[in-house]
Amino acid sequence: MSAPPAGPPPPALVLREVVKEYGGAPPLRILHGIDLTVSPGELLAVVGPSGSGKSTLLALIGTLDRPTSGRITLEGHDLASLSDRQVAALRARRIGFVFQQFFLLPGLTTVENVATGLLYTGESARTRRERAVSALTDVGLGHRLDHHPDQLSGGEKQRVAIARAVVGRPGLLLADEPTGALDTTSGSGVIDVLRGLNAVGTTVVVITHDRDVAASFPRRVGIQDGRIAFDERDADAGAPSLENNVGGASGVGGVRGLDTFGRPARRPA
Amino acid sequence: MTDPRTPLLRPARLRPADLLGVGLIGLRTRRLRSALSALGISLGIAAVVAVTGISSSNQAHLLDRLDRLGSNLITVTPGKDIDQTVVPLPKESVTMLGAIPSVEKASATSDTKAAVYRTNLIPDNQTNGLSVRSVRRDLLDTLRVGLRSGRWLDRGTEKLPVTVLGSRAAQALGVTDPGQKVWIERQERKDEGEWYAVLGILQPSELAPEIDESALVGSAQAAAHLAAGGAPSTVYVRARPDKVTEVQAIAGPTANPAAPNVVSVSRPSDLLKARTETKDTLSGLVLSLAAVALLVGGVGIANTMVVGVMERRGEVGLRRALGARQSQIAAQFLIEAILLGLLGGLAGVVLGITVVYGYAALQGWPAAVPLTWSVVGPAVSVAVGTVAGLYPALRAARLSPTGALRAAG
Repeated sequence: MSAPPAGPPPPALVLREVVKEYGGAPPLRILHGIDLTVSPGELLAVVGPSGSGKSTLLALIGTLDRPTSGRITLEGHDLASLSDRQVAALRARRIGFVFQQFFLLPGLTTVENVATGLLYTGESARTRRERAVSALTDVGLGHRLDHHPDQLSGGEKQRVAIARAVVGRPGLLLADEPTGALDTTSGSGVIDVLRGLNAVGTTVVVITHDRDVAASFPRRVGIQDGRIAFDERDADAGAPSLENNVGGASGVGGVRGLDTFGRPARRPA
Repeated sequence: MTDPRTPLLRPARLRPADLLGVGLIGLRTRRLRSALSALGISLGIAAVVAVTGISSSNQAHLLDRLDRLGSNLITVTPGKDIDQTVVPLPKESVTMLGAIPSVEKASATSDTKAAVYRTNLIPDNQTNGLSVRSVRRDLLDTLRVGLRSGRWLDRGTEKLPVTVLGSRAAQALGVTDPGQKVWIERQERKDEGEWYAVLGILQPSELAPEIDESALVGSAQAAAHLAAGGAPSTVYVRARPDKVTEVQAIAGPTANPAAPNVVSVSRPSDLLKARTETKDTLSGLVLSLAAVALLVGGVGIANTMVVGVMERRGEVGLRRALGARQSQIAAQFLIEAILLGLLGGLAGVVLGITVVYGYAALQGWPAAVPLTWSVVGPAVSVAVGTVAGLYPALRAARLSPTGALRAAG
């Protein structure tokens, strides 16, 4: 399985027949065999109704949880072959998380919160702070370094959380409903930040309920009942065309979630 | 197998300073609750420090006084023979004892057959437990008792009907100032009483408490009018400080060569010292109370930590997402509990020392800070914090990252 040192870069992410069940008898099957490949530098929206398994999928990709069966390969690392310590190191260095609820630590300033993103990489306190300042400046919050979370607006909080997620320059940024708690203006500001990170090479996977947000992404993966319902990308990836995707938004009603894309619910991936 | 081009899986250790930093976060952001949960431990340690400190301050004070009074005073009194009859000391015993080369001074008192009263109207049997003693002029120097007021007997006044009162005797007779008069009469001859002017009042004497309860009359006056016997009832001997034991050994044979075994020799400072030491047994009760306080304090910390872990599930999930290992989560909460214990213990020591200083200042004692407990106290608190933090720390570490994040959302 080891790739030759000079070969092409491995895919950012490969899922093969990934199944996730939760205990009990009979077990509750959340994901029914997901196959997905994401190339480095992709910008991907994962859409689907509540309870479809999106967040479980994101947790598996982010190594916060392990699949019941199937294989996940992240930047060439077969997750099943890694120890807990190695998985933690992978999270510390290669994966950034953004959550709907921000999860900023209330007692810390903005810059301290962002520096926490590097805490578990073993960097010195000084390096952590310098890079936190730089990451905050990148998301447009260079003037809020010493504020506390409760002095920030929702959009600012989420940008702090994004800065924390990317301060370690991860290859993969996973965002679970990053705009879910924000108004439209703040939300689009946050999406712009994610887009900017993708533009400089970060692979970005975003779970979203917001059809406009999803439609603006070059690749969209739909999840329904634990299966991939569709996986589509713009022909001209990286230059998404809003008209193509939002066209059917007002169309068919009745099928949860996916009707916003004007498609039948069970379209195979 | 894993791609060898990505050598990024080297797990990182948290530096000690960073571990301390994450351990402090809970304390920084929840100050009131942290302070309250450490309070139990603080009180336990403060109680131990205060009680042992006050006890040893008291002891230091007594030993201080002993040093000033001198631990080289030896008293020689008549002993009893096998028939339980008192064998009086020979008249010469004072001179003999004073002649021992290692003895600096010797003096004596003799009993009289008289009693002292406030006025001549007081019934005979109400002596207040006071006695009248015939004394030599050098008694005060030998005992090193100071005068609270008035004067001591001199060559002239020792032949006159004047008296110097011990501190408790003055109190019992209602005498506050020299110049007042007291009534002294021979017990078997009721008519032969006389007013005695009070010449002076002594300070309390720890080493010779019997002097406190006496009216002292010059030997010439006492012999002439109060039927004082010639034999000394107590001989006070000041030995050279380095020869005390030696003098103690030969005092008996010297005082009464004919019957050395019926002489009672004692060193009053030993008694006092023993009394200060027996007080320490009282602190056993305090120690067990402190142990209960520490136990309760530990339970308080554990309780606060368990609640804190449940409230901070989001933080735990987030830290796992940022790359924290289970052991690093456990370490964070364990350090928090240890810091709670340490801070509680240190606060307790400060509180206890404050109490010791305050109490000692009120009593006019030298403050003796119990060094042992000032070190052992925080160490015990750290141990209590560690034990109290183990379960919450393991609980935090075992939270599943996804479960923690979901529960917090």
